[in-house]
Amino acid sequence: MQVGEFLREKVLAVQEYSLLSWQAISNIVRRPFYWEDLYTQADLIGVGSLPIVVLTGFFTGGVLALQSATTLAQFGAKSVTGELVSLSMIKELGPVLTSLMVSGRNASGMASELGSMQVTEQIDAMRALGTDPSKKLITPRLISTVVMLFFLTILSDAVGTLGGGLVAVTMLGLDASQYFHMAYQFLKYPDILEGLVKPVFFGFIIATIGCYFGMSTRGGTQGVGRSTTQAVVYSSVLIIASDFLISRLSIGIFGR
Amino acid sequence: MSTPGTIVAPTPQPIAGPQPVVEFQHVSIGFDGNSVLNNISFTATAGEMCILLGPAGSGKSVLLKLANGLIRPDFGHIRIFGQDLEEIPERDMFAFRSNIGMVFQESALFDSLSVRDNVAFRLEEQHDDPADIDRKVRESLCFVELEDAIDKFPAELSGGMKRRVAIARAIITQPKLLLYDSPTGGLDPITSTTIIQLIMKQRDVYESTALLVTHRLQDAFTLATYRFNRTTNQMERFPNDGVDPNTIIMVLRDSRIAFSGSLVDLLRSKDPYIQEYIG
Repeated sequence: MQVGEFLREKVLAVQEYSLLSWQAISNIVRRPFYWEDLYTQADLIGVGSLPIVVLTGFFTGGVLALQSATTLAQFGAKSVTGELVSLSMIKELGPVLTSLMVSGRNASGMASELGSMQVTEQIDAMRALGTDPSKKLITPRLISTVVMLFFLTILSDAVGTLGGGLVAVTMLGLDASQYFHMAYQFLKYPDILEGLVKPVFFGFIIATIGCYFGMSTRGGTQGVGRSTTQAVVYSSVLIIASDFLISRLSIGIFGR
Repeated sequence: MSTPGTIVAPTPQPIAGPQPVVEFQHVSIGFDGNSVLNNISFTATAGEMCILLGPAGSGKSVLLKLANGLIRPDFGHIRIFGQDLEEIPERDMFAFRSNIGMVFQESALFDSLSVRDNVAFRLEEQHDDPADIDRKVRESLCFVELEDAIDKFPAELSGGMKRRVAIARAIITQPKLLLYDSPTGGLDPITSTTIIQLIMKQRDVYESTALLVTHRLQDAFTLATYRFNRTTNQMERFPNDGVDPNTIIMVLRDSRIAFSGSLVDLLRSKDPYIQEYIG
């Protein structure tokens, strides 16, 4: 393939992705609203992801306490384990790991579901029946992912800090009161704000990437498989890349 | 509720003015640099059935999608009910399509919805009265003689049953224009005949305009030489070996229309390709 052709395809893909995203956002203020689809997706994405998010958050907090306490003990600073765990969970690991888990579960699900509908002409049939697939299929997924990921991240942060505390108390011999005091004392509003802004962007990435690859699926069942893989890969990479940008922006604005 | 086999008489909905229902003017479209349809022009007036024949890959399905505004032409104009599709923004196309019914090649039923919900899809989207929706779904399924399958899911249906559900879904709002994309493709001869009989029933009872794509010559012959008898609920030959005057046959070849006319004209054509095509 010629370099020019390759670049043309990539530019076209970015253009199509941008259009799909813009349509999905602008549909939020346009009738009709598909409340039922919204609730269904919220249940699927939010409630369905609860077990993996809770487990991931708990064990991440635990392992973070375990690893950091060992290093901090060398400097006589084992008591600040709580601060390290809560800051890491709330600013970085909570939003990123929750998003990666939800991406693996839901971006793939969206790409495969919409991809199957695309290759079996169900999307065309929907348009032929007078329904805008962007309104019925994409916008409910976008809203649900953003809203549910926001709350899942909060839950993950809490469970992670709790998991770290459990490890700190039962395995490292730290005092529970000291751990939670340190975890709370050094936490500032900008840290919480950063941790809450991230899932909004990550949710947007998961939903739009999953839907984009689903809607642009070509080539039968093989194409559906390809779209599913691409959706997970692209959304994961974009989550980590945008995490870097948001963190840098946050440091630039709040100085921490 | 209608009893099985009962035909619900349509409410006559005349098309405004003498203008054609479907009008293609010098329409061309291509994909990846390959021309699929080149300079296609034809019209279909109210009540006409236009049968598109041609080998696989000749652009028949693309033509139907163009007629429904699902894809836009590279060149030329398409007018449906006198309105140029080019002038209708995509977001207004959804409402515009309420007068058009389409049966897709592989039925394209929503596999997560039951037969009832598939057939009712358009009415549910319009937020019609639930009782009215139920009545129309049953009428529509009764028309295709599939009322027993109302609670089944597409995966539980045979290929022929899926096509019949797709027809029921397409006709539930009694659209003025119907587009059939290879409705008998991949079906056994007996099931194909059943589907053709349903299409004929739709044509002769509701008198809607239709574009039908097929690669089976016998479908075109049956539709042109038979009519639906409402009394016997069966199809029967036109008397004296007559043909349906409202059935037009078009043959696509190499992105162009190689033939357009009645079945009699097709059989009399001196074109070597047409003669070879009809065997």
